Amino acid sequence: MHINRRHALAAGATLLASTAIGAVTPSFAQTPRDTVVMAKQIDDIISLDPAEVFEFSGSEVTGNVYDRLVNYDVNDTTKIVGQLAESWSASADGMTYTFKLKPNLKFHSGNAITAADVVYSFQRAVTLNKSPGFIITQFGINKDNVLNVVKAVDPQTVTITVNKPYATSFFLNCMTSDVAAIVDSKVVQANVKDNDFGNEWMKRNSAASGAYILRGWRANEQYALEANPNWVGGAPKTRRIIVRHVAEPASQRLLLEKGDVDFARNLHKDQLASARSNPDITVSQGDKGYILYLGLNTKNPHFAKPEVREALKWLTDYDAIERNIVAGTFASHQSFLPKGFLGAISEKPYKYDVAKAKALLEKAGLKDGFTVTMDVRNTSPISDIAQAIQSQWAAAGVKLELLPGDGRATLTKYRARTHDIYIGQWGPDYLDPHTNAETFAINESNADDARSKTLAWRNAWDIPEMTKKTLANVLERDTEKRKAVYEELQREHQKTSPFVIMFQQIEVAASRKNVSGFRIGPSSSANYYWNIVKG
Amino acid sequence: MSNLYAYLTSEAPVSRGQARLAQAYRRWLALKANPLALVGLAIVVLLLLAAALAPVIATHDPLAQNLDQRLLAPSAKHWFGTDALGRDIFSRIVHGTRVTLVIVLLVVISVGPIGLLIGTVAGYFGGWVDRVLMRITDIFLAFPRLVLALAFVAVLGPGIENACIAIALTAWPPYARVARAETMVVRNSDYIAAVRLQGASNTRIVLKHIMPVCIPSLIVRTTLDMAGIILTAAGLGFLGLGAQPPMPEWGAMIANGREYIFDQWWVATFPGLAICLVALGFNLLGDGLRDVLDAR
Amino acid sequence: MASKQALSLAGTVGRELTTVAITLLGLLAVTFFIARVMPVDPVLAVVGDRAPADVYERARLELGLDKPLIVQFWIYLQKVFSGDFGKSVLTSNPVIEDIKRVFPATLELATLGTLIGISLGIPLGVLAATKQGRWPDHLARFIGLFGYSVPIFWLGLMGLLLFYAKLGWVSGPGRIGVAYQDFIEPITGVLLLDCALQGDWDAFRNALSHLILPSACLGLFSTAYISRMTRSFMIQELQQQYITTARVKGMSEARVIWRHGLRNAMVPLLTVIALSYANLLEGSVLTETVFAWPGLGRYITNSLLNADMSAVLGGTIVVGAIFVGINLLTDILARLVDPRAR
Repeated sequence: MHINRRHALAAGATLLASTAIGAVTPSFAQTPRDTVVMAKQIDDIISLDPAEVFEFSGSEVTGNVYDRLVNYDVNDTTKIVGQLAESWSASADGMTYTFKLKPNLKFHSGNAITAADVVYSFQRAVTLNKSPGFIITQFGINKDNVLNVVKAVDPQTVTITVNKPYATSFFLNCMTSDVAAIVDSKVVQANVKDNDFGNEWMKRNSAASGAYILRGWRANEQYALEANPNWVGGAPKTRRIIVRHVAEPASQRLLLEKGDVDFARNLHKDQLASARSNPDITVSQGDKGYILYLGLNTKNPHFAKPEVREALKWLTDYDAIERNIVAGTFASHQSFLPKGFLGAISEKPYKYDVAKAKALLEKAGLKDGFTVTMDVRNTSPISDIAQAIQSQWAAAGVKLELLPGDGRATLTKYRARTHDIYIGQWGPDYLDPHTNAETFAINESNADDARSKTLAWRNAWDIPEMTKKTLANVLERDTEKRKAVYEELQREHQKTSPFVIMFQQIEVAASRKNVSGFRIGPSSSANYYWNIVKG
Repeated sequence: MSNLYAYLTSEAPVSRGQARLAQAYRRWLALKANPLALVGLAIVVLLLLAAALAPVIATHDPLAQNLDQRLLAPSAKHWFGTDALGRDIFSRIVHGTRVTLVIVLLVVISVGPIGLLIGTVAGYFGGWVDRVLMRITDIFLAFPRLVLALAFVAVLGPGIENACIAIALTAWPPYARVARAETMVVRNSDYIAAVRLQGASNTRIVLKHIMPVCIPSLIVRTTLDMAGIILTAAGLGFLGLGAQPPMPEWGAMIANGREYIFDQWWVATFPGLAICLVALGFNLLGDGLRDVLDAR
Repeated sequence: MASKQALSLAGTVGRELTTVAITLLGLLAVTFFIARVMPVDPVLAVVGDRAPADVYERARLELGLDKPLIVQFWIYLQKVFSGDFGKSVLTSNPVIEDIKRVFPATLELATLGTLIGISLGIPLGVLAATKQGRWPDHLARFIGLFGYSVPIFWLGLMGLLLFYAKLGWVSGPGRIGVAYQDFIEPITGVLLLDCALQGDWDAFRNALSHLILPSACLGLFSTAYISRMTRSFMIQELQQQYITTARVKGMSEARVIWRHGLRNAMVPLLTVIALSYANLLEGSVLTETVFAWPGLGRYITNSLLNADMSAVLGGTIVVGAIFVGINLLTDILARLVDPRAR
């Protein structure tokens, strides 16, 4: 069975190769008609195994390759829709969920999708327990009890029992994440090595049922996807998607203008402006959940004073930075829940006000300002933003020294809490408000060797009350009440926290005019390819 | 005036001082006869002047941002245009001369001593000391230089001083080799034997008698290396680990301009020209100096 | 007599090989300790920033980071001696495989760069030597010094701006157009050769149009070095007795210079060319960065900045071995050809 499948694939690939070569004209300024080529930064991918994927680019791949039981509606993220599941229900006590699969579903291999595959997928995710594993294990499902709490009642029905009566929205939102994707248990089992649940093989191959089939990934170079005509959502419109790693936004734009690629995915403000003025190019966009913020380490005695923290929030010129440096790629945003999340608020209490900032600093006994350092990744636009902030803060005598570093070096320092200020981005792990609330508003132990190292912990912000309140909210089964608590939390957070939350990311994709239908979703795993059409 | 000329060109100097001055004068004449070297000298003098008078020459504050005036093309107001934060590129380049000079100076004063010490000790003692030290030199020579410098900067942390230390740590092996070769020649001379007979310690001999002999050839080597140092520093800056923003370091300025290269060419072009010019100046001068100082 | 010479040569080679082994071992040790004291957490490359504490801790143990540095190094050495260079955490490939992929890219670049250097540098140097003090000499000198003065990453950017963006004569960053990428079977790994072997001349042209600009940048540096050295070697040779004799015999000047002078200068020149080649092989980090060239220099740099230990060590040892190997080879060559050096 398995061998047959491989042969079929090989034959298909050869056929594809020969047709594609035939389609290539000597002029290299064109891509084949049944193939869409994207230029994108994909060097963050370290694995394409859904049990391990936790990076933005990797998540986009698994989003297009794998299906989940349920997914959210891209037009309204607070709505859950069935993907492989036809229906689902929660028991009265809120502890057991029952999912019923749609009939006659098939994986890419032709194997039928059954409840056993669902059980295997969950068993695999919690046993491997890679970085995103906690999204499932936080419901008390672990490698020891998984076969007792995730059960196949019949070939079409699965029940999942959790350890506390969590908010239904919380549980279902978590089920939409990559780690809850359903894998083809037969194919995976055929590729197991040393009890690894096929992890090694799955890093660069797929055993899935989604719209696209993974046809290879080479780190820092490219990945290729091929359409699955039998997908549950209908056959994708473009046969082949090739995504090529191009680090430089300027190069991406040029490749796009010359027609070497159909999409440029990481254009910055200035390239975007010139792309918009080009009649051959269209730009589409969507709000992303990533938040750009400054983390002020309260281990620094200045930042232990709430007045100083607030002063810096008044001292940052959000408008000028947005207008001049990040227009089109970031939008002003000042609370920890991104737009589109349950409970998100749109209030922006802070604006550039030097007088107010000076008054607060004087109240804190720092009339003449002070000197601090900020760790800055040496990438655009982060370093430009940092330099703009540096010059803005100088207006109130705050002398900011910038320490440039490579991404991992600055992050290492941040995680060790040895920074003064860190300028960073945070993306939600899954589409539920708890993910951001947890990291921004929970710090269970402020000790250096604490187990849970949330962003609040990294900035040494000791908040027992807020922690309690945030934790309790995942058990709030009344969605309206849950929403209200998150709103309250954010307002308090805005006032007191050591986080200067500045922007929310807007993801943009520039494409050739003859290509349309690319959907930029609220998270990377919802950047769907299947409607892309090349005219 | 003619007296001075006679004094400097006398075939029979009456004092050591006169001999030295005369030699220097003859060298100057030789250098003057080499037009390319003079061009080099002019460029280096220009660099020194620009650094000394930077605030006077610059038309704007090199750090002053004006976000509404970003990425402006070269004009009468901004001769080299403005960068992504609306800073005047001409003024940044002028102030960047100081950064360049500091880098060159710091590297030179740190690389010389390291190379000198290792080279003279290896050459003077010979035997296993020599073998061990030369092996270490080989190991450092076998590294890709820029990658090693990058690693050192990553270890030491960002900043111009650390970048200089990193460059020095990667640049010393050729200096050690020169010093070692020179030492091996001097080591067996009668002069050193005489000093040894007088009971001087090894430390004293190396410090007082060997090192001074090696210094002139190291100076030539350093001048020739200046351009290389400037390029390495710029390379580090380009890779984002050289200088701390907002310091107007030329390599970092090119890196910033990279994103705008196809539309706002001036952001990356002018700092690159500045590096070229200064490196060329040092190269031309060094080349001429070698001809004059090095009979070989 | 001859066998005695052979014996002494064998002895020299043996000694040299021991030195090489020690140098490489030292190289590994230095790399290992530098990369380990770098303030970058290697676990981050494996699990990312958002992994929970238990996952993080497990990955740390799997990397053996709980053991003392010396022990870690010892374990690494043992593995290397059994032929296992470990796995890169960034690409999740065995390091050997990664290097097999990225090294040919660098090789391709450096080789073409050196070829350009030879074909421009030697004629230029010879011309400068024969027309000493006149304009060809000044031109050669200027090109030589310019090659030493221009930052290669800036030259690359300017080249891209002019020849790719404005004139459209060459292709942009990367090794080959997307349309061709997957259809060239990697036989040798050197893309140009692979295209030629498979008779795919379209792809060949495309690959060449990507290759030409970065290798021209490296070529300028190589030209500068080779032309300067050619000039000084040729000046020495042209002062020799046999040249005068040849001239007196009425041999044409061209023949004197190219057949006799250059042939003798070729011996030291070979060393120069080999060293320049070694320099290009290991010194192309910046060029590779500017041209998004998937080569060894970028591989090592990227791995270093992510504390991807196995990859850094594997890459460094390759570069080190090349450098030491080429040095050794030129040494032996010089001994074989020039009896005075024995």
